[in-house]
Amino acid sequence: MSTEKSRSGRFLLVGIPYAWMLVFFLVPFLIVAKISLSTSVMALPPYAPVVESLTDLWRKIGEFSFFNYLRLVQESIYVESYLSSLWIAFSSTVIMLFIAYPLAYGMARAPKAWRPTLLMLVILPFWTSFLIRVYAWIGILADEGLLNWLLVSLRVVDEPITFLATQRAVYIGIIYSYLPFMVLPLYSSLEKMDETLLEAAQDLGCTSFQAFWRVTFPLSIPGVIAGSFLVFIPAVGEFVIPDLLGGSDTVMIGKTLWEEFFNNRDWPAASAVAITLLLLLVVPIVIFQNAQAKAQEAGR
Amino acid sequence: MAKTLGPVRRKFSPWNDPTAKPLIEFRNVVKRFGDFTAVDDVSLGIYEREFFALLGPSGCGKTTLMRMLAGFEHPSEGEIRLAGASLAGKQPYERPVNMMFQSYALFPHMSVEKNIAFGLVMDKMPKGEIETRVQEMLKLVKLEKFAKRKPHQLSGGQRQRVALARSLAKRPKVLLLDEPLGALDKKLREETQFELMDLQQELGMTFLIVTHDQEEAMTVADRIAVMDHGKLIQVAGPSEIYEQPNSRYVADFIGDINIVEGRVTAIDGGLIRMEAAAPRVSIVMEDDAATSVGATAWMAVRPEKVRISHDAPIETGVNAVHGEVWDIGYIGDTSVYHVKLDDGGTFRAAVANVSRTVERPIGWDDRVWLTWSKTAGVVLTA
Ligand SMILES: Nc1ncnc2c1ncn2[C@@H]1O[C@H](COP(=O)(O)OP(=O)(O)O)[C@@H](O)[C@H]1O
Ligand SMILES: [Mg+2]
Repeated sequence: MSTEKSRSGRFLLVGIPYAWMLVFFLVPFLIVAKISLSTSVMALPPYAPVVESLTDLWRKIGEFSFFNYLRLVQESIYVESYLSSLWIAFSSTVIMLFIAYPLAYGMARAPKAWRPTLLMLVILPFWTSFLIRVYAWIGILADEGLLNWLLVSLRVVDEPITFLATQRAVYIGIIYSYLPFMVLPLYSSLEKMDETLLEAAQDLGCTSFQAFWRVTFPLSIPGVIAGSFLVFIPAVGEFVIPDLLGGSDTVMIGKTLWEEFFNNRDWPAASAVAITLLLLLVVPIVIFQNAQAKAQEAGR
Repeated sequence: MAKTLGPVRRKFSPWNDPTAKPLIEFRNVVKRFGDFTAVDDVSLGIYEREFFALLGPSGCGKTTLMRMLAGFEHPSEGEIRLAGASLAGKQPYERPVNMMFQSYALFPHMSVEKNIAFGLVMDKMPKGEIETRVQEMLKLVKLEKFAKRKPHQLSGGQRQRVALARSLAKRPKVLLLDEPLGALDKKLREETQFELMDLQQELGMTFLIVTHDQEEAMTVADRIAVMDHGKLIQVAGPSEIYEQPNSRYVADFIGDINIVEGRVTAIDGGLIRMEAAAPRVSIVMEDDAATSVGATAWMAVRPEKVRISHDAPIETGVNAVHGEVWDIGYIGDTSVYHVKLDDGGTFRAAVANVSRTVERPIGWDDRVWLTWSKTAGVVLTA
């Protein structure tokens, strides 16, 4: 047994994810951060200064500015986009929780033989590209679409409802797309729960309903937290859904960023938007990590 | 094996009193899972303040019987009554019965004291009283220092005591204990058995304990029901179960015993005569077993009631076999001699080690005689 070898082996094992993070996350982050401090110009690349080397960086440091970040606060479009993204992500997370919890609960209480099939059905949509599924919703939500056809023929409404290009469609799209990410962690926390705990609760005087609130629900909170963050974080930066299903009334930060980058070719502003979004999300991500660590510690 | 008889028992035998009404009554209870019968026509009365044990091998239906009483399973046939009223249709939370689960089933998200208080909170007991009761329970199970801990921060033995405290906290009429001491090591288990007995006496509650450990059942219980394949085979006090088993199954399940198969040749005046082929021996027993001349029967005698000697007895034809010592098991207070009989089979005799030296000690390969008196064993018909 060579301890030397095993130590370097361990170093490699721990080192690989760090190296990965460094190359594919930290370096791009720094590049974007640098661009966000530049000024937009009509050139190629469309920002200045262009740094060629480290000494060059030192020479040109005076040319960097926080101008783009100031704009984020001063121009209402940005503030509005951030707030509306956070709100849309938050409220769809809450709605998803209400839909996913009974779903996951039913799955976890289903006969053991059915569970793999039910799980399969939840994962099934991933077999089709996300983009294609969102496009499919255009067909469903259009004025002459499937949903309106159904509502009109069932006489729920007389006139077709306008879904497409409204905030409603954005909510439907987000909830549909992210629901599995809410269902899966909830299911896994509910499924591993020991059923004798519920019997014990009933034995000690709980009705089934009370047993749910006092035992099942508290024990599923790690799943609630995991699911909520798994859908909230990507939903904040969502671009495809508001772009394809939403209208001009839906401003979300992902869309604003895209417009800054491709329509206005203002790379520095777009970078500043991206960096700020990242910093905004760091807070919930850290909370999430903490909760996960705690759950891991508590769960045997 | 005298220690399996347990301590001297209090004078308590309501089951012999024809005017006494049982607290718990199983009436022809059957429980089927699909086409598998887990509990098969059980009728049983358990009396107030009784410590009753269900004993049997794993899978014989003990837990199922208990779960029907707690309300988690429902009889396929028959009826369970508590204090004279049928329990049919009563939800678990409506029954004055608490259960200590085999797996403890402690709530992992609650501290020890919250676990213990759970049932009291559900009963809407005033806060102050809950606190007093919880403290009392913690003291009872010696866990005062661990009140704030979560279950995963406790050892197996401590968890088991929390589970016990939680099930006792509501002072139920009946406490159900499903293999409560299974996870404990021998010494702690024996200690806890005596604690349970004290507790039961102190609180005046009715305990129904499930176990597959015969020594445990013998130690704690006023009466034992021996079960096999969902049926009650014998229900009696520990000493009766031990001394007067009603079948080979019970005799074999409880302690160590020699069983000889034979044919009944005569029955007269409380004496049963039998002839056995292997080993070839004539047997005379004082027993009133319901058998008839010509029927097959079994004589069962416990090793500690068999005399072992180098010398032939005066009357060699009756209740005497001979052979060669094949193995000696030394268990501290007793030595068990395994004797290979000359005409087939083995026989065991246990001798208490009273003095440290014996004049003519019996050793390996010695030729010995084994004898027993006509009151030493029983005649079994099943
Ligand atoms: N819910 C159930 N469904 C099907 N079979 C069961 C169920 N519960 C128990 N059994 C069966 O009934 C038998 C008795 O079980 P149990 O009462 O747990 O035995 P014990 O407690 O004596 O070990 C076992 O063979 C078990 O497999
Ligand atoms: Mg069991």
